[in-house]
Amino acid sequence: MIAIVDYGMGNVASVSTAFKRLGHDVLLTDNADELEQASHIILPGVGSFQAAVEEIDKRSLRNPLQHLAKEKPFLGICLGMQLLFTEGYEGGVSSGLDIIPGTVEKIETDYLLPHIGWNALNIKTGNKAFKPFQDQHVYFVHSFEARTDSSNLVASAEYGTEIPAIVKRDNVLGIQFHPEKSGEVGVEILKAFLQSN
Amino acid sequence: MIVKRIIPCLDVKEGKVVKGTNFVSLRELGDPVAMASAYSKDGADEIIFLDISATNEGRQTMIDIVRETAVNVFVPFTVGGGVKTIDDVTRLLRAGADKVGMNSAAVANPELISESAARFGAQCIVVAVDAKRFEDGWHVMTHGGSKDTGIDAIEWVRTAEQKGAGEILLTSVDTDGVKDGFDLELTQAVVDAVRIPVIASGGCGKPDHFSEVFRKTDVSAGLAASIFHENTFSIKEVKEDCNKKGVNIREAGLL
Repeated sequence: MIAIVDYGMGNVASVSTAFKRLGHDVLLTDNADELEQASHIILPGVGSFQAAVEEIDKRSLRNPLQHLAKEKPFLGICLGMQLLFTEGYEGGVSSGLDIIPGTVEKIETDYLLPHIGWNALNIKTGNKAFKPFQDQHVYFVHSFEARTDSSNLVASAEYGTEIPAIVKRDNVLGIQFHPEKSGEVGVEILKAFLQSN
Repeated sequence: MIVKRIIPCLDVKEGKVVKGTNFVSLRELGDPVAMASAYSKDGADEIIFLDISATNEGRQTMIDIVRETAVNVFVPFTVGGGVKTIDDVTRLLRAGADKVGMNSAAVANPELISESAARFGAQCIVVAVDAKRFEDGWHVMTHGGSKDTGIDAIEWVRTAEQKGAGEILLTSVDTDGVKDGFDLELTQAVVDAVRIPVIASGGCGKPDHFSEVFRKTDVSAGLAASIFHENTFSIKEVKEDCNKKGVNIREAGLL
């Protein structure tokens, strides 16, 4: 059973369908006990960092999520990826889940913002599971990006600056783009996450 | 690098995709979800639904279509048409739309843009602008391109950006339906006026109109409706033409 954390930050129907297409049972929940029963934890999210942190704290999910990230395959998508980091600067400074050291800051580029559209992945060496996705296009929509140590970086996208696209630390994976909106490539990336854990 | 996006648009009336050059002679083409799904499998980079329903029942049906699309289509989709209030925006996003387009209501009340962007983020707010050339520049048109607001279109897109629009969907009333190509001059003028992505619309009659607008302007995406309907041209033909002419596109749908 794959649990998708449903904490009021955006529609989770597409993410849920993507995992169902891969043959998995999916549970949408904001209940810590139910999350504890799941095989995999998915933290999605669309909206602002600060609003998401408030929703997580309102549901007392901060400690359970930090704990789950230590023991289960854990995937953050888009805003859910950004929440994995220590601190976010969107809508004021707020504390993230601090599962991966780093900050979330406005993208610094001469190109248009938001970074909306299909961009190509550049996979860092030594990430076998993601090597097949080199130069594949995936769908991004965001104005803030993760700043973290390069050792946590699996893939990036070129946008006048190197935007972290996939990050990984132990059993925790973060994906800045929307795999559930990235056609067949996106579904394959979700499959790679499930298989790598 | 980010690619140029190719976007088919589906006009939906009372739950059915329709085609027609004017509102009196509309022809039903089929089911919106099935058509959106087929386009996404063919390599469409995004889908736009324009709801032209005249009734409340039609609007309610659109919500069901959005819900169905969200679980059947795996590329982003935008819904516009008849979005008047923040409640309309909320309903469409909750149903699963990735972005919501607003047009006349935003002109009448620009705060609709700022309120929507503040609540949901600029990335999901698309401001649709219908522009027509006059002696003193381009004017914003409303009511399906028939009513001149007298507002300068270039000024208006700047205002829309400042209020929090994440994207501009620009339709040239002059080229719309003419099928002789996108309005290159208007498109570049709007692209130059803002720092957010612009989608060009109006005038596409054949595949190489896409490569033309991508090569001759700095627009981020192009939209067409009728050329994709009833298999007149396929997304693949557009992508093959772009690829041949060196336009950076997503390969899905090419092979």
